[in-house]
Amino acid sequence: MNPSSAQTLPTVLDPEQTARIVTAIDGLTPEQLHWLSGYAAGLAARDTGSAALLDPSAPIDKGQTSSQVPSLTVLYGSQTGNGKRVAEELAAGARQKGYEVRLRSLADYRPAQLRKETLVSLVISTHGEGDPPDDAEPFHEYLMSDKAPSLAQLKFSVLALGDSSYVNFCETGRELDRRLSELGAERVVSMVECDVDFATPAAGWSQSVLAGLPELLGKASAQPQLHAVPSVASAEVYDEHRPFEAEVLTNQPITTSAAGRDVRHIELSIEGSGIRYEPGDSLAVLVSNPPALVAEFLEVLDLDGDQAVEIDGDTVTLVEALSDKLEITALNQGFLKIWATLAADPALGQLLEQDSRQALRDTIETHQIIDVVRRHPVKIDAQALVAALRPLTARSYSIASSLEANPDEVHLTVAAIRYRAFGREHWGAASTHLADRVTAGDRVRVYVEKNPRFRLPEDDTAPIVMIGPGTGVAPFRAFVEERAERGAGGDSWLFFGNRELRNDFLYQLEWRRHLRDGSLGRLDVAFSRDQAEKIYVQHRIAERGADLYEWLERGARVYVCGDAKRMAGDVHDALREVLVTHGRLEPAAAEARLKAMRRSGHYQRDVY
Amino acid sequence: MADSAPSDVERIKSASRRLRGSLVESLANPVTGALAEDDTQLSKFHGIYQQDDRDVRADRQRRRLEPDYSFMIRARVPGGVLDTAQWLNMDAIANRYANHSIRITTRQALQLHGVLKRNLKQSIADINAQMMDTLAACGDVNRNVMSPPLPALSAVHLAVLADARALSEHLTPATRAYHEIWLDGKKLDLDEVEPIYGENYLPRKFKTAFAVPPQNDVDVFAQDLGFIAIVEAGELTGYNVTVGGGMGMSHGETRTYPRLADVMGFIERDDVLPVAEAVVTTQRDYGDRTDRKHARLKYTIDDRGLDWFRGEVEARSGVTIAEPRKFRFTGNGDVYGWQCDERDTWHYTLFVQNGRVADFENLPLMSGLRELAKAHRGHFRLTPNQNLVISDVAAADKPAIDALLDRYGIANDKQASPLRLHSMACVALPTCGLAMAESERYLPSLIDRIDEEMAAQGLSEEPVTVRMTGCPNGCARPYIAEIGLVGKGPGRYNLYLGAGFAGDRLNSPYRENIDEQEILAALRPLLRSYAEKRQSGERFGDFLVREAIVPAVRRGRDFHAATDG
Repeated sequence: MNPSSAQTLPTVLDPEQTARIVTAIDGLTPEQLHWLSGYAAGLAARDTGSAALLDPSAPIDKGQTSSQVPSLTVLYGSQTGNGKRVAEELAAGARQKGYEVRLRSLADYRPAQLRKETLVSLVISTHGEGDPPDDAEPFHEYLMSDKAPSLAQLKFSVLALGDSSYVNFCETGRELDRRLSELGAERVVSMVECDVDFATPAAGWSQSVLAGLPELLGKASAQPQLHAVPSVASAEVYDEHRPFEAEVLTNQPITTSAAGRDVRHIELSIEGSGIRYEPGDSLAVLVSNPPALVAEFLEVLDLDGDQAVEIDGDTVTLVEALSDKLEITALNQGFLKIWATLAADPALGQLLEQDSRQALRDTIETHQIIDVVRRHPVKIDAQALVAALRPLTARSYSIASSLEANPDEVHLTVAAIRYRAFGREHWGAASTHLADRVTAGDRVRVYVEKNPRFRLPEDDTAPIVMIGPGTGVAPFRAFVEERAERGAGGDSWLFFGNRELRNDFLYQLEWRRHLRDGSLGRLDVAFSRDQAEKIYVQHRIAERGADLYEWLERGARVYVCGDAKRMAGDVHDALREVLVTHGRLEPAAAEARLKAMRRSGHYQRDVY
Repeated sequence: MADSAPSDVERIKSASRRLRGSLVESLANPVTGALAEDDTQLSKFHGIYQQDDRDVRADRQRRRLEPDYSFMIRARVPGGVLDTAQWLNMDAIANRYANHSIRITTRQALQLHGVLKRNLKQSIADINAQMMDTLAACGDVNRNVMSPPLPALSAVHLAVLADARALSEHLTPATRAYHEIWLDGKKLDLDEVEPIYGENYLPRKFKTAFAVPPQNDVDVFAQDLGFIAIVEAGELTGYNVTVGGGMGMSHGETRTYPRLADVMGFIERDDVLPVAEAVVTTQRDYGDRTDRKHARLKYTIDDRGLDWFRGEVEARSGVTIAEPRKFRFTGNGDVYGWQCDERDTWHYTLFVQNGRVADFENLPLMSGLRELAKAHRGHFRLTPNQNLVISDVAAADKPAIDALLDRYGIANDKQASPLRLHSMACVALPTCGLAMAESERYLPSLIDRIDEEMAAQGLSEEPVTVRMTGCPNGCARPYIAEIGLVGKGPGRYNLYLGAGFAGDRLNSPYRENIDEQEILAALRPLLRSYAEKRQSGERFGDFLVREAIVPAVRRGRDFHAATDG
C-alpha cells in the first residue's frame, strides 16, 4: 500500500493521529487492510476506543475459559483452505448470534484438549486416497489410537469434505465421526459429506449447527463478539462466484516436442485487480470443457445441444451447460451410482459394492465420464444428464511466480493432460483449456487461494530445501524469485526431477541463472530416463543424505510439492531414511521427528 | 598482431595443467548438457567438440531450455587405415550413443555427432577399446597425420604409411590427462612434461600429410607440414618437405588468406622425425600467440621468410635440407572403383557423398558398410576426399564384395556423376558453431543443378572439382577447388574459380555473396565457353586461367588481389 494514498484520511483525525495511522498501515496488503477495517468496526461497536484491551494476534480465546462458560469450539483440518473457510463462516455465524467461539486449526490444537470440550464442530477434509490433511495427521492419529480418552462430556458435529473422484471420498470425516461416537461423545448434527461443490451442503450443515446452539449453550449474550470480524472481513475479493478476468500474456511450451508431456508456462496479467498473493499460494482457474468432448457427449447420447436445461435456477442451452457448468471429465462415485441405475448394468452396479473398492479406485483413476457413457449408452434426457453430473469447479494450480519479481503478473506451470485410451482421445479439462484453448490476449477467470501452510520462512537467513519434481517445481520458482528479490541470504537447495534433461528440464535456463548469481545455492536433478535404471528425486535425497542431514540440523525447512500418489510418500520415506542413516535414529523416532517438523512448519507439503 | 596480450585460449591452455582444466567436474555437472566454457576449448585437444543444434537454438531459449548440446567426437586414424573390426566398433558406438551416422572427414579421420555429455566417457572408452583414440584429433596440436590411401605401388605406400604413423606417434601429446579423464587411468605422481609442445602447446592447429605423386589426394599444399614422397627406381628415397600451407581465412579481412605450402627442400627418410619436430618447435616458439587469426605457420613463414625458417629448422634438427627433387601431381581427387596393386590384391574406392555414412532413404550405406565389414576381414581406408576404400581384397573375394555392393545399391555407378564424385562439403549447419550457411545439407542439390548445366553443354563426363564450406575456415579445402563455394550468409556464397585440378594452384575470388540462381548464372557462360574452346585434356580451372577469366594465384598473399584491385 502506497502511503500517499492514505494521506487523505477524513478530517475527524488530527494531524498527529493521521501520521500515526499512516505509519501503522504502511506496507499492508489489501487483505490486511480489509481485516483492519473490520477490526476497527468491531472496536467501535464495543464502544471503547482502547485497542489495548484486545490483542488481535492472541488466540481467539483462552483455554481455561471454555470449561467455565459454555462455548462452541470450531476445529478445522483443511488441505486447500476450503475447510478453513467453512469453519470461519460457522464461527462468524455463531459469534454474530452472540456466542463465545474458539476457532482452531487442528495444526494448532492439542488433541488431549478434547477432554475439556463440551461442544465441538469439526470441519475436516479428506486428502487423496483417504488421508487426513497433513497438519491434521497428529490429531487424527491420536484420536484413532488406543490412547484416545472417553469423551462422554462432549457433544459434536462433523462436516466431511472430499472429492468423489477419489474412492475413499470423505473417509477422514467418516472415521472421525464414527470414532467420536465410539468414545462416548454425542452427535448433535448428522455428518454431512461434501463433494467438490461443497458450498451448498456445507452451508446447510452450518445452519443445523447454529440452529442447535440455543438449546446446547443457552441464550447468547446480548453483545456480538468482536472476534467475528476478522475472519469475515478477510475473505478474498475474488472468488469462484466473482473471479477476476485475467488476460493471458504468454502461453509458452517449456518442454520439447520429444518430451513425454507438453508443459506450458502461462503468464496472466492481474493488473488493476488489486490481487495480492504470496509464494506458496494457488491460483484457481475457472475453465470450460474441451469442445470435442462436449460434441462427443451429444453424439453418443443423441441429444440436441441447443435445447434448454435448467441449472441452479438459470436456463441455458445444453451445450453451454456441458461446456461451462458441468464436470464432464473426472469420473466420480456419484455419477457412477446414477449411471449404474440408468444403465441397469450389473457389472457397473457391482463396482460400487463395498468389496470392489480396488476395482472402483482403478476405474476412477483410469476412466473419464465419457468412457463410462460410451460403454454403457443409455437413453437419457438432457435435464437428467445435467442432474447426473457434478458442477464444474475451479482447478487450482500452485503459483509459479513471485509477485515481487513480477508485478501485476501471475505465472502457472501447466502440464497439458492428453492421452489416448479405450480407442479415443482424453483431455484434462483445465490443463487443455489453458494449453490449447487460450492464447495471448484471451482472458481466463481466476482467483487466488491462500495456502498459509506452504510459506517461505519469515527469516530470510533460514535454509530451505525444496523438493519439486515435474510441475511440482512451480512454487519453488516463486520461492527462489521471491528470495532473490528480497536479497535473502539463506541457503537454498532444490531437488528437481523429470524424464530427460534435454526435453523436460522445466525452467532450466532460469535455474542455471539463479545458480550463477547465488539466488539458488544448490540444485540436484534426477532424470528418470537418462540412464538404464530409473532415478527419481528420492534417490538423489538418499545420495545426498549426509549433507541433507546437516542442513536439517541447521534448521532447514523442507518443502515438498507435486504428486501425492507416489512421490510424496517416496520422498517422505527417503527423508526418514536420511534421519535413520545419518542421524542414527530408530525408524519410529525418525518418523516422530518428521511429525514434529510438520507441526513446527519445518516440513511443509503441497501435494495433490 | 593487433595487440601483444596472449589470446584467451592461451590463458586457458596455460592454466589447464596439461589439458586437464575442470573437465572432470564439467562432465559430472548434472544440471547442464554442456561443459564449462573454458573446458570447451580444452576438450578439443581430446578430440571432442561441443556443439548444439542451431536449428532449434532460438526455440529452446523460448522454452527456457539451454541449447541442445551434444558433442562431436573425432577419432584419429593415422593414414586413414583401420581394420574392419574397428569400423564395426565405430558403427556400434554411432548407433548406440551418436546420431546413427559416421562421417569420414577430409583428414581421414572418423567423426561421430550428437553424443550427449552423459554418454561421452563411455563412447571414448569404447573407441579406445578397439585400439583407436581421439587425443589430439582437434586442438592446437598436430592433428591426424594423413597418408595416401590408394596403394597403386603398395610397397612405397606401405613405407610412407609407416613413416606417417611413426610421425603421428612422435607428435602425440605426452600428457596423461586423456587417460585420467576418459579411461580412468591412474593419476601418476610423475613430473609430467610435454617435451615437444611445452605447457602451452602450439599457437594454433597444425596439420601434416604425406603424399605420393602423381596423386595429390591428400592436398599436401594445404598442410602446415607436408612430405612429398620421392620415388626413384621404385624405391622411396626420401621426401620433399613442404611448409606453410593452410586454408582458413576470415571474410572481409584481407590480412587473412589461404596459402599453398612452399617446398622447403629434400630430406632423407631417416630425417623425417627430427625435421618435423624442428618445424613444430619453431612454430611453437615463433608463432603469433596474440591473435588466433594470425597464428598458423603460414603467417609465421610469410612474416619471417622461408629462408629464415629453413635455417631455423636446420639448426634445430641438425639436418641439412637439400634442393628439392622433381615431382609431378596430376590430380587431387580419388580414383574410384576397383584397382589392382602390384601384389594382385584389389581395392575398391567407394564414393561416400560428403563423407556421410548413414542409412539414407533409398541408400542404406551404413548397413551396407556394416555387412561389408563383417564379410571382409581386412582393411578399410579413408580417403582425404571423404571416400572409403575396401582394401586388400583377394581376387577370389571380389565377387562377394560386388554382390554386397549390389545388394545395398551403394556401388559408385549407382550413385554419382563425375562432378559429384569430385565434390566435397564440410558439415556446417546445424551442428558447426562457425557455419554461416548450409554446406553438407545443401551441396547435393546444388550438384544436381550444376550437373544439368554441365549436361546442357555436353560436359557430363568431365570431372570438375567442386568444394563447399559453410564458413571461410576451409575444412573442405575450398580454395583449391576449380569451383569453390564459401558460405557468407544463409543461402549466400562467395564463388571462387580457377584452382589447379591437382591442388597446386589457388582459386580466385570471382563473385561475392550470391545465391543459387546467381551461382548458376555465373557458371553457365563459363561452362559454355569451356565446352567450345577448351584444348584437349584441358581442365576447367586451367581453362579459366588461360582465358584470363581469373588470375593464376599461387601465393597466398596474392589471393585477395583480384578483389582489392
